[in-house]
Amino acid sequence: MTAAIEVRAVEKRFGNVGIIHDLNLSVAQGERHAIIGPNGAGKSTTFNLISGHIEPTSGEVRLNGQVISGLRPFEINRRGLSRSFQVTNVFARMTVWENVRCAVLWATGHRYAFWKNVDHLPEVRERTARILEDIHLTHRRDVPAGLLTYAEQRELEIGITIASGATVVMLDEPTAGMSHAETERAVSLIRRLTEGRTLVIVEHDMSVVFGLADRISVLVYGHIIASGTPEEIRRDPKVKEAYLGEEAH
Amino acid sequence: MVAGATRPRIFHECTVLELIVISTLNGVLFGMLLFLLSSGLTVIFSMMGVLNFAHASFYMLGAFFGFQLTKWIGFWPALVVAPLLVGAIGMAVERYGLRNTHKHGHVAELLLTFGLAFAIEEIVSMIWGRSPLDYRVPALLDFPAFTVFSTNYPAYKIFMLAVSVAIFVALLIVLKRTRVGLIVQAALTHPHMVAHLGHNVGRVFMVVFGVGSALAGLAGVIAGPALVTQSDMAASLGPILFVVIVFGGLGSLPGAFIASLVIGLVQTFAVALNGSLASAFGPLDPSAGPSALADIWNVTIAQVAPIVPYLLLVIILIVRPMGLMGTRES
Amino acid sequence: MTAATTSASNAAKPAGENLRFYGVWLTGVIMLIVLPLVFSSGGSLTSFSLIGIAIVFALSYNILLGQTGLLSFGHAVHYGLGGFAACHMMNAVVSHGWPIPLPFIPLVGGLGGLVFAMIIGWVMTKRAGTVFAMISLGIGELVASSSLILRSVFGGEAGITTDRTALPRMFGWTFGPQLQVYYLIAFWLVISTVAMYALTRTPLGRISNAVRDNPERVQFIGYDPHVVRYFAYCFAGFFAGIAGGLAAISFEIANSAYLGAIQSGLVLFATFIGGTAYFFGPILGAILVTYLQLGLTDVTSVWQLYFGIIFIGIVMFSPGGIAGLLMMHRPLVRAGSLWSVIPSYLVAIVPTVALACGVILTIETIARYPDGERNPVNLFGVAFNPGSPATWIAAAVLVIGGFFVARLTWMRIADAWDRAATVARDRGHLI
Repeated sequence: MTAAIEVRAVEKRFGNVGIIHDLNLSVAQGERHAIIGPNGAGKSTTFNLISGHIEPTSGEVRLNGQVISGLRPFEINRRGLSRSFQVTNVFARMTVWENVRCAVLWATGHRYAFWKNVDHLPEVRERTARILEDIHLTHRRDVPAGLLTYAEQRELEIGITIASGATVVMLDEPTAGMSHAETERAVSLIRRLTEGRTLVIVEHDMSVVFGLADRISVLVYGHIIASGTPEEIRRDPKVKEAYLGEEAH
Repeated sequence: MVAGATRPRIFHECTVLELIVISTLNGVLFGMLLFLLSSGLTVIFSMMGVLNFAHASFYMLGAFFGFQLTKWIGFWPALVVAPLLVGAIGMAVERYGLRNTHKHGHVAELLLTFGLAFAIEEIVSMIWGRSPLDYRVPALLDFPAFTVFSTNYPAYKIFMLAVSVAIFVALLIVLKRTRVGLIVQAALTHPHMVAHLGHNVGRVFMVVFGVGSALAGLAGVIAGPALVTQSDMAASLGPILFVVIVFGGLGSLPGAFIASLVIGLVQTFAVALNGSLASAFGPLDPSAGPSALADIWNVTIAQVAPIVPYLLLVIILIVRPMGLMGTRES
Repeated sequence: MTAATTSASNAAKPAGENLRFYGVWLTGVIMLIVLPLVFSSGGSLTSFSLIGIAIVFALSYNILLGQTGLLSFGHAVHYGLGGFAACHMMNAVVSHGWPIPLPFIPLVGGLGGLVFAMIIGWVMTKRAGTVFAMISLGIGELVASSSLILRSVFGGEAGITTDRTALPRMFGWTFGPQLQVYYLIAFWLVISTVAMYALTRTPLGRISNAVRDNPERVQFIGYDPHVVRYFAYCFAGFFAGIAGGLAAISFEIANSAYLGAIQSGLVLFATFIGGTAYFFGPILGAILVTYLQLGLTDVTSVWQLYFGIIFIGIVMFSPGGIAGLLMMHRPLVRAGSLWSVIPSYLVAIVPTVALACGVILTIETIARYPDGERNPVNLFGVAFNPGSPATWIAAAVLVIGGFFVARLTWMRIADAWDRAATVARDRGHLI
């Protein structure tokens, strides 16, 4: 079976500064894959490279076997890859309901339609309602997204990301800034919502990472130094030295 | 609007060369004038994210203040006082207008300056009327500096060029050698860094806005006698100014410089040229009657001159949407 | 948090809400029909016609500014080209004897606006934000200047004239009398308004809002913001063209002033003053600005300055426009706490009016100073001589005194408002 995501020898330079070099990553279908690493290791840049937010200087990225590097973000999204953002990135002046509904529209085939009443599209309405139910925001459906609490915005961010029904979901620090209780809620939410999909997650909270991930890749200075099951990563001396060693003390 | 290029009356071998020399001089002059304006606009935009729609209005205020002060205290004191007045108005606009509007976003700020531009034009025409003013070249500079073939080139234009170049050099020194210059430079390359300037960020903004406005005012004072001082001068120069900074790449000072010169030269040459498709390829069959094709066929390049900057804008947008030296999305 | 949920949060719209929705539209239509029967003078018919055209134009502009977040300084280009297209079509219908009656002509105007939008829009909407604003300004100048060069199409300074009564009749109407023209405009006003409202309820309309709020994120839900902006631009161009076509019918002329910067500025003023965040905002703005334009031109020579001042005031103090100000009060009305704000409003009226009078007196004094005594400023029946120092002192006292007293009363409003809003929040009508 082809890998869901295959990153081959990707390089990213800004001017003379190399941020990512010789990045290789393979995520199998249905796998929950976490990317960890110290601050400034290039985790978000990796996300941006895969999702088309920025273009690699060299190398290629494949989604389900097809080359996607060089494509625009919306083209990649239409091929079934959806991502969230580390800094909450919702449609602030629109209601929670509208936020999720917008994210449903392309996937349900309504695209740029200007001849259909958006309120009279049963499958859009049902799917939006289901996602709101899933992210526990049904009671807040008419609130402008900009007025939600931080934790609610993070949940909405996840809702928008999964709304299209993408087969590959990438979450960038979904629990950053959350309290312990909120984090637990978010993790169970993520676990449930990404059932049967491929998940790539960047996360700082090690309990989240080791509790959630099937496989983990460790990114240090723009290069993946180790990739394996949580058990393998825990035992890997390179990781201990570069990363976990610092964490432990 | 463009410094009236002198058209040779008699055609001899020298005419082409003469036209080139004079138009180049006028074009560089107009370009430097544009740069006096576009540099301030670019720096303000880079630091504050505000495109000051009223920038050309400050230029106009400079010209009208220059005219009025010349009448009261003479040209040379006016040359200093008028830009200072305009700079003070600019600072007030920043302090009491833009700073309060900032929380509503950049569109609101742009709209505020748009409203200001509109109001300034109305106030100017309310006080000074809508017809051109008799703003004369100072007697000291009212003589031909040199003669190119048959055309006398006025000393005042040389003076304008000298002032523009002097300001250009001064700006370079300020940018390279002073603290504020360093901040401005940092803002040009890393616009997000400006937020980290600390508690005096408001004052830096106010000073930069004031200096930018004062430079626009200075451009107005020196351009007033050479061009036409009239209440619509902001409305007619403004759009060209915005073409310059979009053409050069929004937020790029070198881009603004190149674009200023390009637009200055292109427009000056266009005004000076009298040819049309009809004169090049012969007239159309007159039996065809009036049509859009006939209009295009018969129009002279000089008549097209006003739209040339906008044509350049469309072309650059197709070829290079970021502008000549632009790196930023928006 | 549960109390903060608004009352409209039920999944299906209740029947009452539907009834109210259609009731508002029906009331509007009935008003349009009855209005000329109540105010039947020629002058008011012309005013209503102008207001109708302005509403279509302002609503079309709000497709860009309010719905998609595109600030255009050249929207009149589509209005003007629509007007020219309509004029040429009318003349062609007459000279070729085509069986096209006048009521279809605004559609031709719309197509004129649309075709140009389709051609130029793709390049223009590549960029959003400030760059788009500058480009729209440049394109506006380009078209306005070109219109003076292409004399055969645009008729030079004089423009293109036409005769609306020469077209084939429909229902026996000649469209000579202003009343018939009014109803033609009202008909197209209703059609266009319904169509533009419907557009906001389509997938494209919703995604336009998303592009306005966050163009970056839109790319990650499958949409190309450039395409969304392009579609929005085309629709805006189409409806602006309809407005231009209506204007061409009403004035029986199209000239270069139609597509110039002033026209573009006016539609921006009307839309923004009315309020861009609500669909009905531009309608209020178009009514107000057209009414002021008609009313002020007779009273003062510097009416445009007042527009500029009102506009600056709205930008600085109420960026939501009139509609935003009105809608701010809705939760308070629902919570029943509005009454506590009203006294502070009443107190504030006096010094605020005094300040406004001072500003007006100052402006008019300056504007009329050269005429001196021959042209006094009439304010509430009091004649002020612009040449007299007494007038200057009165103006200064009103402006300075009015400002400081008014500022105190405004602060009282803010306090009262905070208290009322707290009540509304507690009762669950405000989030």
